[in-house]
Amino acid sequence: MATQILMPALSPTMEKGNLSRWVKNEGDKVKAGDVIAEIETDKATMEVEAIDEGTLGKILVPAGTADVAVNTPIAVIVADGEDAAAAAPNQAASPAQQNKASQSAPPAAPGDAASAVATPKAAPSAVANPPQPAATPVPELAEASAADVEMVTMTVREALRDAMAEEMRRDGDVFVMGEEVAEYQGAYKVTQGLLQEFGARRVVDTPITEHGFAGLGVGAALAGLKPIVEFMTFNFAMQAIDQIINSAAKTLYMSGGQMGCPIVFRGPNGPAARVAAQHSQDYSAWYSHIPGLKVVAPYTAADAKGLLKSAIRDPNPVIFLENEILYGQSFPVPKVDDYLVPIGKARIARPGKDVTLVAWSMGMTYALKAAEALAADGIEAEVIDLRTLRPMDTETIVASVKKTGRCVVVEECWPQSGVAAEIATRIMENAFDWLDAPVARISGRDVPMPYAANLEKLALPSVDEVVQAARAVAYR
Amino acid sequence: MASQKKVAEASPTAPRPSILPLDAGPVPDLGRDADLKAFRDMLLIRRFEEKAGQLYGMGLIGGFCHLYIGQEAVVVGMQLAMQEGDQVITGYRDHGHMLACGMDPKGVMAELTGRRGGYSKGKGGSMHMFSREKGFFGGHGIVGAQVSLGTGLAFANRYRENGGVCLAYFGDGAANQGQVYESFNMAALWKLPVVYIIENNRYAMGTSVSRATSQPDLSKRGASFNIPGELVDGMDVRAVKAAGDRVLDYCRSGQGPYILEMKTYRYRGHSMSDPAKYRTREEVEKVRVESDPIEQSRARILANGWADEDAFKRMDAEVRKIVNEAAEFATYDPEPDPSELYTDILR
Ligand SMILES: Cc1ncc(C[n+]2csc(CCOP(=O)(O)OP(=O)(O)O)c2C)c(N)n1
Ligand SMILES: [Mg+2]
Repeated sequence: MATQILMPALSPTMEKGNLSRWVKNEGDKVKAGDVIAEIETDKATMEVEAIDEGTLGKILVPAGTADVAVNTPIAVIVADGEDAAAAAPNQAASPAQQNKASQSAPPAAPGDAASAVATPKAAPSAVANPPQPAATPVPELAEASAADVEMVTMTVREALRDAMAEEMRRDGDVFVMGEEVAEYQGAYKVTQGLLQEFGARRVVDTPITEHGFAGLGVGAALAGLKPIVEFMTFNFAMQAIDQIINSAAKTLYMSGGQMGCPIVFRGPNGPAARVAAQHSQDYSAWYSHIPGLKVVAPYTAADAKGLLKSAIRDPNPVIFLENEILYGQSFPVPKVDDYLVPIGKARIARPGKDVTLVAWSMGMTYALKAAEALAADGIEAEVIDLRTLRPMDTETIVASVKKTGRCVVVEECWPQSGVAAEIATRIMENAFDWLDAPVARISGRDVPMPYAANLEKLALPSVDEVVQAARAVAYR
Repeated sequence: MASQKKVAEASPTAPRPSILPLDAGPVPDLGRDADLKAFRDMLLIRRFEEKAGQLYGMGLIGGFCHLYIGQEAVVVGMQLAMQEGDQVITGYRDHGHMLACGMDPKGVMAELTGRRGGYSKGKGGSMHMFSREKGFFGGHGIVGAQVSLGTGLAFANRYRENGGVCLAYFGDGAANQGQVYESFNMAALWKLPVVYIIENNRYAMGTSVSRATSQPDLSKRGASFNIPGELVDGMDVRAVKAAGDRVLDYCRSGQGPYILEMKTYRYRGHSMSDPAKYRTREEVEKVRVESDPIEQSRARILANGWADEDAFKRMDAEVRKIVNEAAEFATYDPEPDPSELYTDILR
C-alpha cells in the first residue's frame, strides 16, 4: 500500500517552505523515523521522516524547490514488493499545481499512516491567527526631516539587526549578550550576522543563566560598557527581574546620581502562537510600573530601528519589548545614515476625528484594522501608536482625546493594573471635561494563556471587539 | 537502514563503543522479564514521539514540541528502579517521562493536540502536563524551575517521613541555572530524598556542553555541596537501572541527595524547528548506529533467546496500535468547552 509523504509545517504559522535536499534516493529502503529529506524556511530547518516502512518509491518534488505549500505530497513510500511507478500519483506536477492540489485536498489522516486518507470528523479550529498589519502601513516620516526621504522595505527583524550593527560600528563599548545570540544567529534570528561582523568578544553566547547574565550586564554597564542583553523571550526575564529592577533601575538613585546604568534589555514579548501559559505573556505593564526604567514597545520596522538605536545610546536602562509575530512583517524604513526615533514620543499612525484608539506593538495590528473597518462605516478613528510606555507621551494622547472626546485602549496584557488602566487615569486627570464617554479598554482575558487553539483565540483581543468598543463610546 | 542492521547483528558480548569517556565496566543484566518490559516501554516512547512529530507536521499540534527520541533508556531505566509513591518531575521534553510513569498515551496525545480529553483538558499543551495519580508533577516550560520544585517534593517526603524519593530530571543546559545550586545546597543541608538526574544530551538548543560550562563533568556539579555524583551510560537501560537501584536506596535511607549524569543524545532537533547547523549529520548517525538504546536492547534480547523476530513483530504491532489509537483519539476528541477559559484559575 502506497503512503504519501506530505510537506510538513515547521510551525503553526508556516504555509510554505523550501525542499532543500533529499537525504534518501528513489529506491532506498526506509524505516519509520528515518530522515528522508530536509526542508527549510527563513527561520528554521526541519527533517522530514518516513512515516512507515517500505521503499522510497517516487520523489514528487525535487530538491531545491522553493515555496512548496504545506501538505503538498512530496514523495511516495511503497510497501515492499509493490511497484513504485504504479504507486506514484500524477507525475511531475509543477509546484503551482501541487499548491492548488493541496488546497483542495482533505487533510491527511492521522492514525495508521498506511491507511487511506480520511477527513477528520472534528477538524481543529484554525490556529489562533492574530491579525496581520494593515496592507499599507502609514509611512512613518515624523522623524525624517524631509518628506521625500527614500524608503526601503524591511522586516522588523532586519531593522533590529541593522540598529544593533550600526550602533556597534559607532561605539566600541556596545556589545550583545544572551542565549544563542552568536553561533546560532539568534533563537529568532534577530542577531543574524553580528558574530560574523563583530566577533565573539562583542557577540557573546551565554549559558542558560538569566539571573546571572542580567546581573553581569548591569555590572558591566556600571563599569561604563553599553550592553545589549537579549532575553530569548521576556518570559525568561522573570528569572532576572530582580537584577533589572533592584540593580539596573534603582542604582542611579541610590548612588545619588553617580552610578548610571546604560543597558538595553531586549527580546520578544507578548503572546506567541500556541506556546501556552509559561511562554505567552505580555510584560508591558510590569516594566512600565518601575521608576528608573524606560520602556519601549515599537510596532513598525522604522520605529524598531530608530528606537533601538536611541535605546542603545540612552544613558539609562531601557526595556525594549519586541514581538515575535511582528518580526517577519515588512514596513518602509527611511534610508538615512543615522535614523533615530526619540524615546517618549507617541506617533499618530492614522489621523481621525471621531474616536481615539491607543495601542502599541502587536496591539497596533488590531487598532489599525479596526480603524479601517470603522472608516467603512463613516467613523474616523485616530490611531495613536504609543511606541514608548515609559515615559508615557500623555500630551499626544490628551491632545487627541480633546479632539475626539472618546478613547479606546488596546492591549494584550491582563486588564488589572494594566497599561490601559494607566492611560484611562491620565485621560481622566487631564481631559475629563472633554470626554463624551468613559474610556474603554480591550485587554487580554484575565487568565493564564491556554494552549488549546479555540481557547487561545478567546483569550486574545480581537479586531471585532475593538470595533464594537469604538462604536459603543461613539454611540454609533 | 543498513547501519541499523549492523547493530542488530552484532554479538551482545562483543565490546560496544561506550558513550562514556571511560569504560564503566561490566553492566549487570536485567533478566528476561525486565529487559523485555524495558524494550517495550522504550519502543512505545519512540513510536509515540514519531507520531507526535507527524501530527505536528500536519498542524494538529502547535507551538513547541520537544521530542525525546534517542533518550528513552534514561527514563525507562529509572522507572524500573522506582517504587510506588516516588515522584517524577521534569522540563518540557516530557512525553517520555509521562508514558514511563504509566500515563495514558491517549490523554498525553490529546493534550498535545489541545483537546478536552488531554491531561490538562487541552489547556497546558506539550510542555505542561501533570498527573497527581501517577506521581508526575510536570511538565515545566521554564528551564531549571523543576529542580527547585523537585527539591520541594523531596522536602515534603522527608516532612511526612513517607519513604518517597523524588526524581528531578533536567538537561545539561538547565544545569547552569542558579536555582539548581541553591536547591543543591538546601537538599544536602537537609538531607532531602531527591535524585538529580541530568540528562546530558550534549546540547542545549544549539549550544554544546563545552561551550556553556566550565566544568563539563556535570556529575561533579554537587561536589561543593558534598553531593555525590556519577556518570551513567544513559543509552544502556541496564546501566541506568543499576545506577537507579543503588541511588534510590541511598536517598531513601536518609543519606541525602545524589546526582546521576546520564550521557545520552537527542536525535531530533531541539524542538520541531531547529536550524540543525550546530552538529553534523555524521555525529547523529554515529550515535544511532553505535548506541541506539532500543537497537542495543533488541540485539541483546535476541542473542539471549528471550524473544525471536516474530515476537518483536508482535510487540511492534501492539505498540503501533496503542500509538495509532492515541493519535486517533487526539484527532477526533473535541476542543475544550469555551467555558474552560475561566476555570481552574483559583479554587
Ligand atoms: C529560563 C529559560 N530560559 C530559556 C528558555 C528557552 N529554552 C528552552 S529549552 C532550552 C535549552 C535547554 O537545554 P537542556 O537543559 O540541555 O535540555 P534539552 O533541551 O537538551 O533537553 C532553552 C534555552 C526557557 N524555556 N527557560
Ligand atoms: Mg541538553
